[in-house]
Amino acid sequence: MSTTEKEIKFSEATMARVHELISHYPEGRQKSALLPVLHLAQNEFGGWLSVPVMDYVASVLQLEPIEVYEVATFYTMYNQEPVGQCMIEFCQTGPCLCGGVEPLIEYTENKLGIKLGETTPDGKFTLKGVECLGACGYAPMAQIGKYYYEHLTPAKIDRIIEEFGKPGWDPHKKHEI
Amino acid sequence: MGRKLLLEHEHVPGIDGYEVYRSKGGYQAVEKALKSMGPEAVVEEVKTSGLRGRGGAGFPTGMKWSFIAKPEGKPRYLVCNADESEPGTFKDRYLMEKIPHLLVEGLILSSFALGANTAYIYIRGEYKWLVDVMEKAIGEAKHNGWIGKNILNSGFNLEIYVNNGAGAYICGEETALIESLEGKRGNPRIKPPFPAVSGLYNCPTVVNNVESIAAVVPIINLGGAEYAKIGLGKSTGTKLISACGHLKKPGVYEIELGVSVEEFINSEEYCGGIRDGHRLKALIPGGSSVPVLPYHLIYKTANGDQRLMTYESLADGGFATGSMLGSGGFIAMDETTCIVRNTWSFARFYHHESCGQCSPCREGTGWMEKVLHRIEHGHGNMHDIDLLVDVAKKIEGNTICPLGDAAAWPVAAAIRHFREEFEYHIKYPEKVKGIYAHLPDYSAVPV
Amino acid sequence: MKVTIDGHTIEVEPGTTILQAARMIGGDVVPPAMCYYSKLKDSGGKCRTCIVEVSKGSEKDPRPMPKLVASCRTTVMDGMEVKNFTSERVLEARRGVVEFLLINHPLDCPVCDQAGECHLQDLAYEHGSAKTRYEEERRKYDMVDIGDKIKLHMTRCILCYRCVFTADQITDKRVHGVLHRGDSAEIGTYIEKAIENDFSGNVIDVCPVGALTDKTFRFKSRVWFVKPMLASRSCDKCCGKVVLWTSGKDVHRVTARKDQFGEVEEFICNTCRFDKKHLNDWTIEGPAPIEKQSVISANKYKQGLKVTAPQKIEYGNRPLLG
Ligand SMILES: Cc1cc2nc3c(=O)[nH]c(=O)nc-3n(C[C@H](O)[C@H](O)[C@H](O)COP(=O)(O)O)c2cc1C
Ligand code: SF4
Ligand code: SF4
Ligand code: FES
Ligand code: FES
Repeated sequence: MSTTEKEIKFSEATMARVHELISHYPEGRQKSALLPVLHLAQNEFGGWLSVPVMDYVASVLQLEPIEVYEVATFYTMYNQEPVGQCMIEFCQTGPCLCGGVEPLIEYTENKLGIKLGETTPDGKFTLKGVECLGACGYAPMAQIGKYYYEHLTPAKIDRIIEEFGKPGWDPHKKHEI
Repeated sequence: MGRKLLLEHEHVPGIDGYEVYRSKGGYQAVEKALKSMGPEAVVEEVKTSGLRGRGGAGFPTGMKWSFIAKPEGKPRYLVCNADESEPGTFKDRYLMEKIPHLLVEGLILSSFALGANTAYIYIRGEYKWLVDVMEKAIGEAKHNGWIGKNILNSGFNLEIYVNNGAGAYICGEETALIESLEGKRGNPRIKPPFPAVSGLYNCPTVVNNVESIAAVVPIINLGGAEYAKIGLGKSTGTKLISACGHLKKPGVYEIELGVSVEEFINSEEYCGGIRDGHRLKALIPGGSSVPVLPYHLIYKTANGDQRLMTYESLADGGFATGSMLGSGGFIAMDETTCIVRNTWSFARFYHHESCGQCSPCREGTGWMEKVLHRIEHGHGNMHDIDLLVDVAKKIEGNTICPLGDAAAWPVAAAIRHFREEFEYHIKYPEKVKGIYAHLPDYSAVPV
Repeated sequence: MKVTIDGHTIEVEPGTTILQAARMIGGDVVPPAMCYYSKLKDSGGKCRTCIVEVSKGSEKDPRPMPKLVASCRTTVMDGMEVKNFTSERVLEARRGVVEFLLINHPLDCPVCDQAGECHLQDLAYEHGSAKTRYEEERRKYDMVDIGDKIKLHMTRCILCYRCVFTADQITDKRVHGVLHRGDSAEIGTYIEKAIENDFSGNVIDVCPVGALTDKTFRFKSRVWFVKPMLASRSCDKCCGKVVLWTSGKDVHRVTARKDQFGEVEEFICNTCRFDKKHLNDWTIEGPAPIEKQSVISANKYKQGLKVTAPQKIEYGNRPLLG
């Protein structure tokens, strides 16, 4: 979904959630809902935060656009550029190194023909290297969509690549692999 | 078997739901506190218990609570730090996943003690599913009258909300967390003022770790004095340790403080020893920011005492020969581990996570990472080693928040104890190029 | 309250910071300050150049503070004793801070249009060491425009946040800020058509380095060829008190007046700064006193292009300037 073609507007359900989030904070402190609302925006508008999307969030929360840019660029989970339908985020910090993540990343890179930080030409997969995700005992692991996939092996990567690239795959569900 | 206060019921089916949690004695502590104790008495019990903050710094929780300012007309806030991002640490996640109501119960008790009518749980952004888990538990507790207006007719009102981050280790630092909760960049604040005086929305605020808050439940159930009997000396009670690295059975364990490091690593009750029959080479006992211990200082301290899992024993010897209990992120590394590569990965982590506000950390973390990257990739010079030590020294103590120290300590400690390995990398670049920290045999990995 | 800094004792109001107290004493005890700005709320604490040692906490609690503290954000306690230039620890740590500030700073002082009035150049000269040990690649950014009057050379920025506070506190709408984080943090905006508001030009004057510059500065040459004159006009938006940078009949640049610590005395409006470039727009009051930060001080004026300060900075073992 391209954000330029469609009007940028939260669905009714999302808007209701936005209002609920705002209600968690004192009067006039709606800025507190910014991080969760940016997550909602990223989910709803194609997996990344374009400038028009950030401007829209600013208008929803009655903020200056710069306040949103400052926050959106600070936190690594907000994508500044389009990403593939399925983003595989490998943890590559110390304990995961011990757990053998590096050969697994190499395996995945070879299989998809892209490097960390790249997206396959068909727009299905993005590979990303990230820092400790709090799953150090279950290495090697990756975050894919909402969930963690732990104790990964080449065979599991094979299945992920086969299943998660299918049209209509839902990143917000936990999938058995 | 060590005593379990937090994870006692971890394997009971359905313990993540309200009914089962309640049937196992859940929310009894809230009944006790609200019906028969009063806020001051709760604070007193926590003081008596000797509970020390489980987020890493180990500051006595009861004392922290007693510092909270109580100006007229300003609300007070309790903020639960569930940002858990220190490499090696995954205990808070485990606790929230397994027994979310324990945290909710702890939050009710702690808010009551502090006179806070709103509590926020700030969960790291990547733990997306835990937002649902915690919101469900909060909903159940509310539905059953443990949260809301006039709880148990005590006149005490409480709402608990979940907020989530979006990828920033620094938001674990309590003032950065508060900034983030206000919808801003996670830049730590310059202290003073401390949160206890001016925190969230400039109101008095206490920030506590998930495990610290959960521990208030057994403290109220048992009484502070009883709790203080568990553990050893000033390291009272139990502690969740998240064990990882080259261990046979990595995972989250609840230990009574005072267990020996040797027993924790090798006994079947805990980690079951080092994987693949290898030997232990190095240990980071409390999350990536604490100094690494080399093999000869792991089971015994420098003066030959048995090394114990307590705040004091792990710190025995200071930074020269000791380390810290920290967050309980226990990283065991066997003989196949490349210390340089690990150190570089941690340096990269801190470089990546620096908020960039103050010059020593912003510039120094990147500098250290680049030099370590060069050494690891076979382009180091001998003078780089001393340069690293000096850069680390110039960051340490000169920054706004402790992230600077956290970045400097692991580098300094790795060089202190494994200097030869750094020199080897520089002398024989062709031998170390492209070596992984650990090379698993793929054919042997079960799927 | 009494506080002693490097042996000089002074009586100050409660709430005074160590830096303010040092400025009251004046002279050699004043710590360098790259991010603090007395006119900007919440500024300070970030650059760490102003760190000092508190060797005695107060009369009540005489224990020394274990860590060096940022003097701009630490308030004085009665009986406090502070060491600044008399502490080897402070000097050593400050050398470290200066080195950190310089490792990613371009070595283009000779061509930088701030040369001669750059606080970082002075800092490097007074507190830095002669050589850099930094052998890695330096950060680089393209120059960008913030609106049509201001140019941002991000490569030079030291992230003092002064321009951000200025835009927040002096103008009616902030359009720029700090994007990204860590050593990728940068001053910027995504608002393409940034509307100039009346006081936005002040960000140029508060910038301690040459990161924010005046695009209307027509004389593309070194500041020391230009004569600073105090001038004023009656302005309905600001005080109208400025410094005109002139040569002959040309007004090359208009800035606010600065005090001895390099801080703007009173902020000026964009009309005075950008639109009044004729001598007859102004009443000339006389030559401007020369700031410490300016090369024009210390008789550097006549030396033209031979800047002395950056010669102290060397890259590797190679001197920066031939
Ligand atoms: C860089 C940094 C990261 C931190 N991360 C965490 C964290 O993820 N979780 C946590 O509980 N405390 C973290 N802390 C410690 C908190 O600042 C704070 O001390 C803690 O939440 C207090 O809770 P406690 O007293 O219950 O331990 C961090 C501190 C620093 C300096
Ligand atoms: S020490 Fe690092 S993380 Fe902490 S405030 Fe300074 S730059 Fe930010
Ligand atoms: S542009 Fe100048 S004023 Fe703004 S943060 Fe950078 S150095 Fe400071
Ligand atoms: S190091 Fe990979 S999850 Fe912690
Ligand atoms: S002037 Fe004090 S820290 Fe920058």
